[in-house]
Amino acid sequence: MSTTTLEYRAADAAATGTLFRFATAGSVDDGKSTLVGRLLHDSKAILADQLEAVARTSTERGFGGGAGGLDLALLTDGLRAEREQGITIDVAYRYFATDRRSFILADCPGHVQYTRNTVTGASTADAVVVLVDARKGVLEQTRRHLSVLSLLRTAHVVVAVNKIDLVGYARQVFEEIEADVLGAAAGLGIDGARVVPVSALVGDNIVLRSDLTPWYTGPTLLELLETLPTQEETTDADLPFRFPVQTVLRPQGALAPGLDADAFRDYRAYAGQVASGSISVGDDVTVLTAGQEPRTTTIAGIDTADGPLPAAAAPASVALRLADEFDISRGDTILAGPVPAAHREFTARLCWLSDTPLRAGTRVLVKHGTATTRGIVTAVTGRLDLDSFATGPADTLGLNDIGTVGLKVSAPLPVEAYAANRRAGALLVIGPQDGNTLAAGLVVGGGTP
Amino acid sequence: MTVTQELANAPAGPHPTTAPRQVLDALEAESIHILREVVAEFDRPAMLFSGGKDSVVMLHLAAKAFWPGRVPFPLLHVDTGHNFPEVLEFRDQTVERLGLRLEVASVQDYIDSGELSERADGTRNPLQTTPLLDAIAGHRFDAVFGGGRRDEDKARAKERILSLRDEFGQWDPRNQRPELWNLYNGRHPVGHHVRAFPISNWTELDIWRYIEREAIALPGIYYAHEREVFTRDGMWRAVGEFSEPTAAEEVVRRTVRYRTVGDMSCTGAVLSDAGTVTDVVAEVAASTLTERGATRADDRISEAAMEDRKKDGYF
Repeated sequence: MSTTTLEYRAADAAATGTLFRFATAGSVDDGKSTLVGRLLHDSKAILADQLEAVARTSTERGFGGGAGGLDLALLTDGLRAEREQGITIDVAYRYFATDRRSFILADCPGHVQYTRNTVTGASTADAVVVLVDARKGVLEQTRRHLSVLSLLRTAHVVVAVNKIDLVGYARQVFEEIEADVLGAAAGLGIDGARVVPVSALVGDNIVLRSDLTPWYTGPTLLELLETLPTQEETTDADLPFRFPVQTVLRPQGALAPGLDADAFRDYRAYAGQVASGSISVGDDVTVLTAGQEPRTTTIAGIDTADGPLPAAAAPASVALRLADEFDISRGDTILAGPVPAAHREFTARLCWLSDTPLRAGTRVLVKHGTATTRGIVTAVTGRLDLDSFATGPADTLGLNDIGTVGLKVSAPLPVEAYAANRRAGALLVIGPQDGNTLAAGLVVGGGTP
Repeated sequence: MTVTQELANAPAGPHPTTAPRQVLDALEAESIHILREVVAEFDRPAMLFSGGKDSVVMLHLAAKAFWPGRVPFPLLHVDTGHNFPEVLEFRDQTVERLGLRLEVASVQDYIDSGELSERADGTRNPLQTTPLLDAIAGHRFDAVFGGGRRDEDKARAKERILSLRDEFGQWDPRNQRPELWNLYNGRHPVGHHVRAFPISNWTELDIWRYIEREAIALPGIYYAHEREVFTRDGMWRAVGEFSEPTAAEEVVRRTVRYRTVGDMSCTGAVLSDAGTVTDVVAEVAASTLTERGATRADDRISEAAMEDRKKDGYF
């Protein structure tokens, strides 16, 4: 099959398509910036004035590569220091659309703080594309990326075996790497990883199918991204209803102009975003407030500014009215199904993101859903070896370490195992003094480690 | 298929009863979540509002987020003194319709008092930073919503949804907090503040499709109209009080519209017959130039023009 020009640019994508978020992760010099540039270029997401700027700089630097002498990596350079040093410093977000979908791409740098960046990008992604250099195969860093994605329970892992042109489009090279990747992924509990042979520089199998890999019959990278189901449709499907209350809507004296004051005199609704699952009017729900017994009631209404809804599902932002008048405030959770226990002490995996090492006894703030509470790290019990995926003994965590800790919080939190419910098992660890985000937390379970 | 047709074909009314996976529903849900988080966690939020399309959409989302309550924060406009009169009129009507309070920080006042001086190129956008920072400090705002979008510019592509600023309003791109899941951390030292960007993930086309779907009113200059214009730096510039052609610049009448609405001294028009929102959606979808590349002289100053302005406290 020969390459054809696809008119992907915009069209009605944003009107008819769904939103799909993905991230890229790679090692040093594996051509990730070029891959992202190629994806944007070949899906016609790059406009003429951006291309002109790239062409100017490519010529100035004497670039002689593919894509008509355009250094596509330049498309993703954002900051002055990045252009000057030829590196990527921070996660950058890109946007493009095809006939099928609109994409939000979190482009995560590979060399500086790759754990922090991969965790950040993957935390909101439906899929993560990991790059492997066909000449080098699966590296230590590839295993580390896969380990992080396993921990974060990313819905889809796609491995792009790049620079396939530099190994002469050799089927055997690809198949050996594919076997290594699938073996490593299976060992980490990642199901259904996809492996695609690509050349970002030349454009093989990124958007357009390559003539030079006739032995590869699977989808191109873009075809995969267009057809993989979203996180909500896969790992988060069938989860129970969870709704952290953001704020109470009780307009009273401050009603929006034009509304009937009498009709809204006693209006009270709980605003939030459905974190998981779905709910319908008339359903039984439980309200969890820290330090109180669970209270049960039913959903009297699901409101939006456009009118009431019969039902709502993640990730809708709505306002819930309840049949009973409870005292409910920000930080409380409205949920359905079996009631999870609220824990004052629990075990979590932390991806440590701070230069200051973590030790037992460190005082922190913990943000879970819409609740923020004081906490203390009671113990650091282990550090994950990303190469072997085994947890070894440790009593401190340094920058970019992933380890197991015990946390004790001042108000009990309805934390659930991250492995069972990503939203209900995710938390931030925050420095109480400077307010910095110190760690991404993944709850393991109640009790101390 | 148009949005209207799509909605007509949707299974249950204009808003799905299941997951909001359609692009605009998903973006709206995310933006409303961010607006509510910031209002719940900060003491004195405010929203930058210029009457431009992005700030109009952001304010529309705020009205939806807090319905049936009024938008629970004041608006702030940094007026360059070179604004399009139609846009200022629209701004004031919108503020009144929603029953809100508007604070105006005036670049002209700073020029008149000598605290700022006019640039040689006449562009006033970079001059907005000082009045903005003074207004934030003077009103003790601790969070300021801005309508910046990551698809606008290379520096903005690296911006967080909640972006910390020190007492000088400076953005430090190398020292940004990681943003994980939908858990936003707005903690900041006293005297610092946070810029919040609820429509970070919207593209120009998303904005226009949403304006169409929600029937959101905009200043008339976003739609095709006849105007006296001249070309400068490869852009069509309006003839007006603040943008006078030189003797060498020929004035002609053309049918134009504005893709971005900023300071008259640096915002260019595009030739367009798009007289309705549906026409504009079609035009933006087919455009081969970015909106800033097509219409903003201030971003042509250098490849890092936006980055430099942001580091100094600009949005």
